[in-house]
Amino acid sequence: MLYREAGQYKTSYQSDQAIFPIAQDRWVVWTFVAVAFLVVPFFVNDYWTNAVLLPLLIYGLAALGLNILVGYCGQISLGTGGFMAVGAYASYKLMTSFPEMNMILVVLLSGGITAAVGSLFGLPSLRIKGFYLAVATLAAQFFLVWLFNKVGWFYNYSMTGQITAPDREMFGFLLTGPSALPWVKYLFCLTILTVFALIAKNLVRGRLGRNWMAIRDMDIAAELIGVRPLLTKLSAFAVSSFYIGMAGSLLFSVYLGAVEVGEVFGINVSFLVLFMVIIGGLGSIVGSFMGAAFLVLLPIFLKNFMVDGFGMMPVTAKHVEILLMGLLIIFFLIVEPHGLARLWQITKEKLRMWPFPY
Amino acid sequence: MEFLIETILSGLMAGVMYSLVALGFVLIFKASGIFNFAQGVMCLFAALTFAGIMEKTGLPWPIAFVMTIGVMVFVAWAVERFVLRHLVNQEPIILFMVTIGLAYVLEGVGDILWGSNVKVLDIGLPSGASDYMLDTFNIYIEKLEVFAALIAAVLVGFLAIFFQKTRIGRALRAVADDHQAALSVGISLQTIWVIVWSVAGFVALVAGTLWGAKSGVQFSLSLIALKALPVLILGGFTSIPGAIVGGLIIGVGEKLAEIYVGPMVGGAIENWFAYMLALAFLLVRPQGLFGERIIERV
Repeated sequence: MLYREAGQYKTSYQSDQAIFPIAQDRWVVWTFVAVAFLVVPFFVNDYWTNAVLLPLLIYGLAALGLNILVGYCGQISLGTGGFMAVGAYASYKLMTSFPEMNMILVVLLSGGITAAVGSLFGLPSLRIKGFYLAVATLAAQFFLVWLFNKVGWFYNYSMTGQITAPDREMFGFLLTGPSALPWVKYLFCLTILTVFALIAKNLVRGRLGRNWMAIRDMDIAAELIGVRPLLTKLSAFAVSSFYIGMAGSLLFSVYLGAVEVGEVFGINVSFLVLFMVIIGGLGSIVGSFMGAAFLVLLPIFLKNFMVDGFGMMPVTAKHVEILLMGLLIIFFLIVEPHGLARLWQITKEKLRMWPFPY
Repeated sequence: MEFLIETILSGLMAGVMYSLVALGFVLIFKASGIFNFAQGVMCLFAALTFAGIMEKTGLPWPIAFVMTIGVMVFVAWAVERFVLRHLVNQEPIILFMVTIGLAYVLEGVGDILWGSNVKVLDIGLPSGASDYMLDTFNIYIEKLEVFAALIAAVLVGFLAIFFQKTRIGRALRAVADDHQAALSVGISLQTIWVIVWSVAGFVALVAGTLWGAKSGVQFSLSLIALKALPVLILGGFTSIPGAIVGGLIIGVGEKLAEIYVGPMVGGAIENWFAYMLALAFLLVRPQGLFGERIIERV
């Protein structure tokens, strides 16, 4: 009743090609964006930004990047943690070498550097496919983490081997460092995420995205109809790494402030982001955010539920949490292997008919 | 010279241990096409259960060992009944993700049941240096490692006979060859999966016991799965000899690199060297050393 496109005629190519062709979709998205930009910043406090909102935005960005590679181009990568580390260390070097540089530029350049590294590690994908490639990308993961641990130049030879974000301002407000305001951090990440989600949405609708999908569905057939595998696969690696690098840069400079590479960018992060992509839905932009939301909120919810609700010991709760995470992941994959995005789609289909069954 | 031989020998021995873990992967991949990431955690879980049963009940180790086998068979049955049965015909990456979920579950269950402190697995395996080798050739070699190599050889021999000579083994090979053809001649896929996961569980128990005897049963045991992955891609996902040879190559390569290349670049290259070795190798042979040739059609 509410969600029905009857009577919405498309009279121009422009309206036919719109990102959200259905008016109700447009309203929902605009409301959502408006609330996120205009309402939420007035209510955020330290706990909400640090525990929920920032991880949500940053992992959402990383999941979006990985989804481009895995969901749209079909190349499985387990090197996400390593690429995020590249983004983080690139932004650290940029921030310390050029103190005057604008933070937006820092984030973009870190993404660019990660894109270059990502394309380099994407080269084997021309020859190796499937799980062989997945394992091969683990080489990137372990090598990059080792590199940032061992070579002093990357962390400016600090004694602890950690990198710490110096204070930087954005329009006169402190953005990074320990005394930065929560709403500034939130808005900064939100802006970047919104802009790049829009870019991603348009990329996958265009020629490049169609090439990626052709390669994903069957690479030999794609090659026969004139899609160049080299350019297509490498561009997927580059774009995906660009997003992941930006996520790593934000994770370090805005969210955590200080990073020790083995802990923050270990193999677990690679799996976490891959889970987000798969639980959210392969080949879906909205799905990336849903997956990120699910996996960021779930541990917080479980922890609060068990420790505060049942008064469990934190150690036991940690074990139960791991167990429940595993069970829920298996459960979700069995119920809907195509992810939350698919569930959302089914809901929308149902809504069109509601309240009449046919 | 003696040092070089010592390095190579200890590399070979470490390689045998990797092979044992990789073997479990190969068994499951062959029979069901599932890339079982939980194999490492299965090693941990099996070793934890083994040590836990002995600690809690004080039973002698052979009984505890048999009981642990029972537990692993139960795990295999549960995996088939509650997970795999619902995911027939899904894409490989979904199945891969499920096994990671499974890894979390097993880790959680193991920790809740037996606690997460380091356990010592003392079942009277030989330990210390071999005096004979030290006296005659002046080469230092751990008894446990020699023992592990022997066990691995026996295990592989046992598996080879099981696969080649028994009725179940033939059914397993048929399933590995072609699922649908196997179904059409009356082989039950579900039974086969339970069996193959049980066998993988048994291999995991042996591997976990040996690793546990070497360095204590603790969480880091599950990380040896990550060591077994380069072994797999080097040897090919579908080949048991590949797992063995790949393990030996990785073991020796890693040790040699650590000693001769490591100091030049700052050390601790063990973590990624195996992957780079495997990656370089894959560029030449994308299907691994013994993997089946990949034939693609449009």
